[in-house]
Amino acid sequence: MPSLKDLKVRIESVKSTRKITSAMKMVAASKFRRAQEQAEATRPYAEAMAHIMAALTSSLGEGTEGPRLLTGTGRRDTILLVVVTSDRGLCGAFNSQVVREALREIRALEAEGSTVKIICAGRKGRDLLRREHGGKIVGFYDDIARGGISFAEARMIAEPLLDMFEKGEFDKAVIIYNRFKNVLTQIVASRQLVPVPVPEARRDGAEAPALYEYEPDEGKILSDLLPRNVGVQVYRALLESAAGEQGARMTAMDNATRNAGDMIDRLTLQYNRARQAYITKEMIEIVTGAEAV
Amino acid sequence: MLRFDLVSPEQKLLSDDVAMVTLPGSEGDFSVLPGHAPMISSLRVGFIDVYEKESHGPARRILVSGGIVEVQAGRCTALAEDAVPLAEIDQDALQSDLQRASAKLSLAEAAEKPAIEAQIALLTRKLEVLALAAGQGH
Repeated sequence: MPSLKDLKVRIESVKSTRKITSAMKMVAASKFRRAQEQAEATRPYAEAMAHIMAALTSSLGEGTEGPRLLTGTGRRDTILLVVVTSDRGLCGAFNSQVVREALREIRALEAEGSTVKIICAGRKGRDLLRREHGGKIVGFYDDIARGGISFAEARMIAEPLLDMFEKGEFDKAVIIYNRFKNVLTQIVASRQLVPVPVPEARRDGAEAPALYEYEPDEGKILSDLLPRNVGVQVYRALLESAAGEQGARMTAMDNATRNAGDMIDRLTLQYNRARQAYITKEMIEIVTGAEAV
Repeated sequence: MLRFDLVSPEQKLLSDDVAMVTLPGSEGDFSVLPGHAPMISSLRVGFIDVYEKESHGPARRILVSGGIVEVQAGRCTALAEDAVPLAEIDQDALQSDLQRASAKLSLAEAAEKPAIEAQIALLTRKLEVLALAAGQGH
């Protein structure tokens, strides 16, 4: 049976833990709001980009040779996985679920006989993948989300990636990240970066593609647009992941705060019982002492 | 009126009904008025001029370092990663950026050189465009 003092010390320590977790929850909540706003703000650009892409690819026509970023290398030997995680922990299953998906993907690809290369955006992903697949990590970026994510950060990842593609170091790139659904749920999503997926032509017939004039020609614009598109896809993934991270941390810290509260209640009960037992014992001792006299 | 949107990946920079927009197309400047035929063009480094009334001078001048523009019935959407209004441009900052980049170039490893050279080219071009604009008396 722990002494009264021990219990008191434990209660105090759990109380200070609760203070920390609830502060972290608050911080995550405010960061979350900002991250979400940022993720929303990129939508007009992405939509306009998708619209132009659709027009361009549909007017490129059959048979014409598109840029390699669009058509691909024609092989699927080397696959590059971009794994987006957070730098910091204490956010529940946020990182491990991305890594789990990455591991599954690696196994599946290797079973097919493909070579896998990995780029880690975020420290946690690298830490978790390093043991098993350390040799496959060809790129690593951390501190991306510090002080807000700007498009420059996405470029920092996208540009070397495009370089690698130019040099023929991989045939296909897929980005794996946590897609933000709401505060409670992040869904692991993987999206193909290279070759750039051709947007589905809208078949509802409501908006027939206008006949555009191109200046310069379609091919040139496309080769200008495609690298940008890769950058934007990376940027969106980073933003979604950042919003998801804060959401996941909010939930995790909320749970932790609640658990700490429960623990304090339980310990307080135990403390009071022990105190009562101690007082009763003392009283019995006094009474028996008095009777003996 | 023409609906003009200028968007960057980070935010919607401008969304306004305007009379005319002049854009620095990669094959030469061009203006878009309401009813312009649908077109898609890439942009070079230069100014996007937004005219709120045709008779007046440009209400807004925005320096972009490339991008893409889509014109379709009654609207014009420009995508630019890097767009700064003329009033907010700090030429001295650009100059010192340029100097810093040039200094870095001599120390950089071979693998880093192309990126720095591209940055220098962009900064030089921006300064040229700015000098030109100043010369025109804007």
